[in-house]
Amino acid sequence: MKLRKYFNVYTKFLHTSLASELEYKTNILIDLITAILSLVGSIFLLSIFFQNNSSIGGWKFEQALIIQGIYTILNGITNTWFNPNLTEIVKHIREGTLDFVLLKPIDSQFFISLKKITPSGFLEITLGICLLLYCIKINQININFSFLTLSLITIICSICILYSLWFFISTTTIWFVKTWNATEVLRSFLYIGRFPLNSFSFSLRIFFSVFIPIAFITTIPSEVFLGLSQFWKILLEVTVTIIFIFSSRKFWLYALKFYSSASS
Amino acid sequence: MSKNIIDVRDLSKSFDITSKEPGLKGTIKHFFRRQSKSLKVIKNVSFKIKEGEIVGFLGANGAGKTTILKMLCGLIYPSEGSILVSGHLPYRRKENFLKKITLIMGQKQQLIWDLPPIESFYLNASIYDLDKKEAKRRIQKLSEMLEIDSELFIPVRKLSLGQRMKSELLAALIHEPNILFLDEPTLGLDINAQRNLRKFLQKYNKETNATICLTSHYMKDITSLCKRVICVHEGSISYDGKLDLLLKKLAPVKEILIVCRSEEDAIQLENSGFTVKNKTRNEITIIVENNSITSSLKSILNNFEIEDLYINEPPIDEIIGKILIKKDYGI
Repeated sequence: MKLRKYFNVYTKFLHTSLASELEYKTNILIDLITAILSLVGSIFLLSIFFQNNSSIGGWKFEQALIIQGIYTILNGITNTWFNPNLTEIVKHIREGTLDFVLLKPIDSQFFISLKKITPSGFLEITLGICLLLYCIKINQININFSFLTLSLITIICSICILYSLWFFISTTTIWFVKTWNATEVLRSFLYIGRFPLNSFSFSLRIFFSVFIPIAFITTIPSEVFLGLSQFWKILLEVTVTIIFIFSSRKFWLYALKFYSSASS
Repeated sequence: MSKNIIDVRDLSKSFDITSKEPGLKGTIKHFFRRQSKSLKVIKNVSFKIKEGEIVGFLGANGAGKTTILKMLCGLIYPSEGSILVSGHLPYRRKENFLKKITLIMGQKQQLIWDLPPIESFYLNASIYDLDKKEAKRRIQKLSEMLEIDSELFIPVRKLSLGQRMKSELLAALIHEPNILFLDEPTLGLDINAQRNLRKFLQKYNKETNATICLTSHYMKDITSLCKRVICVHEGSISYDGKLDLLLKKLAPVKEILIVCRSEEDAIQLENSGFTVKNKTRNEITIIVENNSITSSLKSILNNFEIEDLYINEPPIDEIIGKILIKKDYGI
């Protein structure tokens, strides 16, 4: 019953946000062009890095393209769901419109995380998938059931970690009111995720694995693609994901107790 | 006899407020070391509201009206005391409770800006678990009551403020709540839009027996909708009772405008011992206490040659102005 209600509401979310976006045709066109140019630019940058080196951090150009593919998918998901919704949390809290969300008989986290979508992000997701398919071909990856399952699990985990991190930062707005910069820093860290983790120094690798788990976000799914990942790494990623999702949820519910609403 | 639907006892709320000295020095000091202090904005407030009642909350800006309203609907956790709204603890925001209430804020909007309001109505309907048929029926009924029809299909950004407010009301009432919290619902609306909104609220209250808690700075909202008012002064309740009684107490006098036959008569009247408010040629306005109106009129009619006279109540805004700054009304 509840699941049906949430499904109905999400269908309405999709419908209303698509309709809102389609009101501005030029904007969608610009977004689509930006997505294509961004991918072309990133591949060009990567090819410059590999011009004089056949491998960086043990990764060949063809293999590094997988990371670029996963990054493009994640960036597409970020632009489709996270960016329009999670940056809006700050606005909701500053302007007090979170009041409307909290007074609806629906989970507030569900509402503020999924209300909007930016359809142009779908192109990025599609481009990312195309790039991955191309990588499967050039790296001669053997597709089988376990490969598909593990790839899917690790990519879903990556999406969940990224979401939780972003949501966690946005939640702190309840105390600090303005946290635009923090979410921008997170996006910059995601850019780092375009490069293999092994190409960084040891201390940076520790930083990106422990404090900001960028390593889990792009490198582990890529290793799974290449059949290089050990089982314990995948298990670790799943564990980290569960911890992140669970703690960001708890943190949100805890933070709401301190919500004081904006003055009228 | 209606039952109490809202029961508030010894309710208090404190906020941590930071303060900053002016100038660059103050800004730097504020950045590194914030001076904050706990401020009790609501102080031991208690009241009960019966089912179907329309109660107006009066008070100056910052008196605490909106904070009380937000605690009643569960947005803010109370620091001390207890609140029971329709048998629920509001701050727990249980689904059953949320389905019974609604909050409408004149200065904030929930409608989707780029789309016609009808899209927001159907979205809200799905959140409140209404099927399409029922949602359609309710939208039709409410849009008839609110007299909005073609506006339902025009993007919100192109609607006038009055049309937008009506649409906001429809979006907030689609689940047929029986407790309405209205925070300055007529803010910025023109006279006609204000009147229409008040008419609608009266009708809604009559038809559904919904309880309405209202704050407004437009005194016409309060006088035409609320029989009972709760005056909030610096976080405490300074008056809770009938509006009529309060107005009588605060306005114990009436103004009588007398048009005399000649200027000489007016001068004679001016010197006859009445309290004169103002005088222009043959017109004179005197102030008379409510309990001596009859005897004063008798004396004037017997002793002076007059052409016409008018008895006026003091302007309601003037009286309410007193409520905003006074703490004790002697009632």
